[in-house]
Amino acid sequence: MNAAAEVLLDVQALDKRFGGLHVTRNVSFALRAGDRLALIGPNGAGKTTLVNQISGVLAPSAGDIWLRGENVTRASQAERVRAGLARTFQITTLAPHFPVQRQIELALFEREGLTGRLWRSMDSYPALQAEASDILARFGLRAHAATPTQDLAYGEQRLIEMALALALRPKVLLLDEPMAGVPKGDGARLLAALDALPRDLAVLIIEHDMDLVFRFATRIVVLAEGAVLADGSPDAIRRDPAVRAAYLGG
Amino acid sequence: MNSPMTSTVSTAAKAPAQPVPAQAVRCAPPWRAPLLLLIAGLAACALFPDQLGLITRIFIAGLFVLSLDLVVGVAGLATLGHAALFGLGAYAAGIFALQVHADPLLGLGVGSAAGALTALVSGAFLLRYQGFTFLMLTVAVSQIVLSLVQKARDWTGGDDGLSGFAMAPLLGRFEFDLEGRVGAGYALAVLVLMFYAAQRLVQSPFGLAVRGIHENRARMAALGTPVFRRLWLLYTVAGALAGAAGALSAQTNAVVGTDSLSFALSAEALVMLILGGAGQLTGALVGATVFTLLHHTAASINPYHWLFVVGGLLMLVVFVPPTRAWAWLRRRAGGLQ
Repeated sequence: MNAAAEVLLDVQALDKRFGGLHVTRNVSFALRAGDRLALIGPNGAGKTTLVNQISGVLAPSAGDIWLRGENVTRASQAERVRAGLARTFQITTLAPHFPVQRQIELALFEREGLTGRLWRSMDSYPALQAEASDILARFGLRAHAATPTQDLAYGEQRLIEMALALALRPKVLLLDEPMAGVPKGDGARLLAALDALPRDLAVLIIEHDMDLVFRFATRIVVLAEGAVLADGSPDAIRRDPAVRAAYLGG
Repeated sequence: MNSPMTSTVSTAAKAPAQPVPAQAVRCAPPWRAPLLLLIAGLAACALFPDQLGLITRIFIAGLFVLSLDLVVGVAGLATLGHAALFGLGAYAAGIFALQVHADPLLGLGVGSAAGALTALVSGAFLLRYQGFTFLMLTVAVSQIVLSLVQKARDWTGGDDGLSGFAMAPLLGRFEFDLEGRVGAGYALAVLVLMFYAAQRLVQSPFGLAVRGIHENRARMAALGTPVFRRLWLLYTVAGALAGAAGALSAQTNAVVGTDSLSFALSAEALVMLILGGAGQLTGALVGATVFTLLHHTAASINPYHWLFVVGGLLMLVVFVPPTRAWAWLRRRAGGLQ
């Protein structure tokens, strides 16, 4: 953890209930610039529900979410994106018929606040088109610029998830199981993309691949039944007897 | 999907010497299809001078279905209440001509504004819902509008319809003639201009965002798109187009009936759109033309059973989607060269 860096995301005593189901219990943690925080826990621990609350898809029942010094607990998803938050989805969530290039351009138009423009052609923004091409080149997808997204391999679609989030130039990035469903052989490009994330970006990653978690994370929060079971460095988490018993399997 | 945004895909670097295959995705020029429409429309008027009434009906239906395509094909919101926007545009233009001023362009503006306002007000409520709920609520809203129009007899003429107004000459010079020459030219001009505007709209960043909402709402929200506000604006613009179509109908027929607000009209427009292919704007015009011509010819052969033909054609379109038919035609054309 980089103690000197600015706190970008501060989750305070977050609580979420669906009727009688208590899925997030008093969860608190802070994320600073440059942090790589992994959120782990067994299936049903409430990891995605937590990410959905942070990104604004779900409203928490109690607690606060602060983003870059601003309380965004009741803010819309769009307001949170403008404040510097971006996310990817556990299940690939893209526009399936869009050519890959258009998909990225759309994220850039959104970042620049241009999607309220009704008259000027989407082709008349050469700087953004060049930027979209650069992003695709960085992810090794430029050859697929004109390919409909649904025709790409699954691993490549996972890359687009990440490319879209990064196109927004976020300060805080939430990655919800970026490796989910990716065949072993295709994982290398995703790992390279993870390694190439900007250093000053604060990253929260949910992942089941423990090799990746311990390689990537500088800090780990373990969630069990909606509550924080442990919070510490990868080494401390590895040694924590409660975590070993509950999750890592001894 | 052969949407405007993918219509021209140029592979600039087919030569292996280039290091990166610099593929480009470009929209077709927005004026091209409206220009072709203008030429085709003028040709139709010149070739069939005794069918100008029918041709005018096709132009008006085309504009109405174009508006529907923005909502259904582009934004992905299936509606069965679009006639409310058309009908209120027609009544507004008719009442304006009767009570205020008979100038057609002013009336067109009033009709268009009425459609836009109806969409703005009803959209504020409707667009909070999706799918089947949205569909049913659009039917409910259009039925409420129909019932209000029937009740407001003093203004609308109730079930007898609104009549007794005559339009002033277009631009102060062109009298609406009995053969319908001015009416057809006027309707074509409005259709071409609005088609051009709709093309610009779908090719703008706004249009791309609305298509994105159609494709994946959750993704667009995660990109920071204010989904409701984008759909609301699109629905309002579609309302303006539908209202303009209604105004044209009122002005060229000099009568407005409650059928202009009917469920049947909403459903027919949806059939026209599916016939031509939703989401591509040109499909709306093709569907409106095919349906209106079929209606006209089949109904004159057998006024009771013409819907058999429409039903059969609809089944054909559903089982053989237009994109597949086009691909087949292209292959055939390619093989002949």
